[in-house]
Amino acid sequence: MDQPLPIPLDNLIVCTHCDAAFTLERPEVGQRAVCARCGTVLITPRRKAGLQIIAVSVAITILIIAATVFPFLSISAAGATNSVSILDAALAFSDGPLVALALTTAALIIFVPLARVLLTIYVLVPIVLDRPPARRSTQAFRLAEALRPWSMAEIFVLGCAVALIKISDLADVAFGPAFWMFSGLVVLVVVQDNFLCRWSVWKSLDKTQTS
Amino acid sequence: MVGMEVAGQNSNIVSARDLGVVACTRCTQVWPAGTQICSRCGSTIVARDRLSLQRVWALWLVGLMCYVPANMYPMLQTRTLLSVQEDTIVGGAVELIHHGAVGIALIILIASVVIPIGKFMAIAFLAISVKRPSSVSNHHRQVLYEVVEYIGRWSMIDIFVVAIMSSLVQLNTLAAVNPGRASLFFALSVIFTMLSAQAFDSRMIWDVRARQEEMTTDE
Repeated sequence: MDQPLPIPLDNLIVCTHCDAAFTLERPEVGQRAVCARCGTVLITPRRKAGLQIIAVSVAITILIIAATVFPFLSISAAGATNSVSILDAALAFSDGPLVALALTTAALIIFVPLARVLLTIYVLVPIVLDRPPARRSTQAFRLAEALRPWSMAEIFVLGCAVALIKISDLADVAFGPAFWMFSGLVVLVVVQDNFLCRWSVWKSLDKTQTS
Repeated sequence: MVGMEVAGQNSNIVSARDLGVVACTRCTQVWPAGTQICSRCGSTIVARDRLSLQRVWALWLVGLMCYVPANMYPMLQTRTLLSVQEDTIVGGAVELIHHGAVGIALIILIASVVIPIGKFMAIAFLAISVKRPSSVSNHHRQVLYEVVEYIGRWSMIDIFVVAIMSSLVQLNTLAAVNPGRASLFFALSVIFTMLSAQAFDSRMIWDVRARQEEMTTDE
């Protein structure tokens, strides 16, 4: 611990998956730096990525709110009809012990994705504007990253497809406007996730905080 | 793609631990070994999570215990004018095959049977393999771990299908679909296996090789 290190810590990068240490070599914009041992992507800088991600995030926020409010799917059989919103679907498990499940589903398909984009906007806007980061930015970004595996909007969309085919021989099913919004939303979530270079965000949070 | 230049003088890839540094697993900032808390993002830092395997096994066991009732209780209760039908996960898929929807039945079977069972086996294998030498290469085990982490979430699809169907098919006396008790257990099983996979410290996969090399050079 006390022995002097051969390389200053700021010039080191460590792969969090396999713990391999490398001297830092910043890739050009558009290139990627990958771990030579396990192949994990370490850095992927992009030109104007911050602005693009903010734009996509704002779009996602609007779509989530709209998709939750508008009718999502409607069904009709022999004169009886029923239409539901995404919130209705999430809260389907509403009797007895299944209430916990209702809250979990609602969180997984609506609130976690929403929280993630809002946190991302909160963190990125000051960085893009070259301002000092907003208060508790690091905590916000850490939370957004921790929530990543729990954001399941894209799984919900595939679930819709499966449910529709299951129902279709029982009754006629029609898509509401929210269905299309939600499908678009999923594409945007994937885009946002792939554009974001976590290393760069942490670096800029660090830089602006210490100076 | 740019490969990263290897730190240190020798051509072998050096682990951060051997270099006397430790990296924050959340924000990747490097600190001297022994640092407790990352001052960039505030995460707790451990060089190797010693309790990791215990947590993996505990969560794995809870997930497995939830998976049993998830398959025994009915997942879906379908009430039509004439009959009430209760289907378990596998029963529902078999029913779909009888109706001719083989593709959908396959999606359900893969998402709710093949993936969960495969996941239980994969996590158990990874947890055992860091304790004793394994014939599977580190690289393949790393890939296996990433696949497990990525694919585990997709098991939730059955829960969402049940949620959509039971909220949509509520046509009073004509037909109604209600979620069964299994849905709760199944969701818990998926959540616990996801937590179990997250608790696994994948850096341990690569430690074994280093330890083996140490042993062979010592002899």
